[in-house]
Amino acid sequence: MMSSAEPAIAVTGLRVVRGAREVLHGLSFEVPKGQITGLLGPSGCGKTTLIRSIVGVQVVAGGEVTVLGRPAGSAELRRLIGYSTQNPAIYRDLSVVENLRYFAAVLGAPKTDPARVLQEVGLEGHADQLGGTLSGGQLSRASLAVSLLGSPRLLVLDEPTVGLDPVLRKELWELFGGLAERGVTILISSHVMDEAARCQRLIMLREGDILADDSPEGLRARTGTADLEQAFLRLIEERQPA
Amino acid sequence: MITLATARRILAQLRNDHRTVALMVLVPSLIMILLYYVIDNGLVFAQWAPALLSIFPFLVMFLVTSIATLRERTSGTLERLMASPLRQLDLLLGYGLAFGAAAVLQVALALTVSLTWLGLDLRGDLWALVLVALLNSLLGTALGLFCSAFARSEFQAVQFMPLVMIPQLLLGGIIVPRDQMATVLEWISNVLPMSYALEAMKLAVMSGDLGSDFWRDIAVVAGSVLLALVLGAATLKRRTP
Repeated sequence: MMSSAEPAIAVTGLRVVRGAREVLHGLSFEVPKGQITGLLGPSGCGKTTLIRSIVGVQVVAGGEVTVLGRPAGSAELRRLIGYSTQNPAIYRDLSVVENLRYFAAVLGAPKTDPARVLQEVGLEGHADQLGGTLSGGQLSRASLAVSLLGSPRLLVLDEPTVGLDPVLRKELWELFGGLAERGVTILISSHVMDEAARCQRLIMLREGDILADDSPEGLRARTGTADLEQAFLRLIEERQPA
Repeated sequence: MITLATARRILAQLRNDHRTVALMVLVPSLIMILLYYVIDNGLVFAQWAPALLSIFPFLVMFLVTSIATLRERTSGTLERLMASPLRQLDLLLGYGLAFGAAAVLQVALALTVSLTWLGLDLRGDLWALVLVALLNSLLGTALGLFCSAFARSEFQAVQFMPLVMIPQLLLGGIIVPRDQMATVLEWISNVLPMSYALEAMKLAVMSGDLGSDFWRDIAVVAGSVLLALVLGAATLKRRTP
């Protein structure tokens, strides 16, 4: 394990209540620095709520979330975290590059950043296209590009690869790998199990509880299964009271 | 800095939407022309013109802002901004600056048409009129932002327009002078900002003397803008349920 002393994210006893329902039931875990950590689980299991708590935009009922050594939601963190929501959060009535220029100005990122991130997500050819005329996959890449502005130390990405073809997905995972090598911590949620194998660490979530927190190899070994989909099912079976 | 970038971004959004710009800028002038020919009497027109010049900047900016900010709330861009270094006031002032500039353009055209073609006789000073129009547009922007927090959809958001607008017009003294209303209605009229905005505009257009009444009206409208901005800022929460 090449984790440095202090984790990028430390969560203890996190509880979130939405409406009358408790969505997260006292989660505790750590996310090591400079690695890609996958947050996996079926849709509706609390992934987005957990991500929102880490970014500091979720009202939290209890517990502590520490990000890069500061309480989640601290003003100093707002420049250090790149956040991409599940629905592409870009202005549909602005072109891609106009979106990027605006968010770069908000973050105080260098003027050259829009061009850099356009190239990183492979949208150079669509820079002047209005957000509303992009395809679903292009929209989510544009939204991802915004979260890469200002070279954040932590990237929190909620299902960034939904609706992308396999070639693009592979390219984006190579980008994430490159960023992690440069020391960026990446927390990425997905409900596609084949993406899990690309993460160095996996947190499996189900119905607001952590089912597993391990490396992909560790999970396969523990459950005695070859693929992670099977491992996930095995873990659920283990939990079920006989 | 972030405020200016936000204003620039909102103006760019407007620029990409030619039809909205055309509607915003042309409709008030067209209605002034329609009113002129419906009334067909220069003196009566001169009494109604200030009311319309007050109402348009407020009405249009209220509608545009409530829809635009509702879109920010539902599309996730507001969440992205609330996770960024942007302060609530940057967003509010950004909207105020951008739509204030649009309001100046709108009033400039309506006024040019009124003063030349329609022969409106401006007794007061031009700057006073523009000041009132600008304050009205800011009031519309701030209230639109506040009201958008209570709408879940664009359908609901547009329904706030008659709710906010029509009582203020009925009680604002255009149809029945305020001092001739039932006492309770006059009290209500006294706390509605539009009553003061309408009076200030009337003074600016029709009287050459901008005395203490005019400045009291300006102060009340400006105070209402500040209050609405504070209320609007309170609806922009960094953390949401």
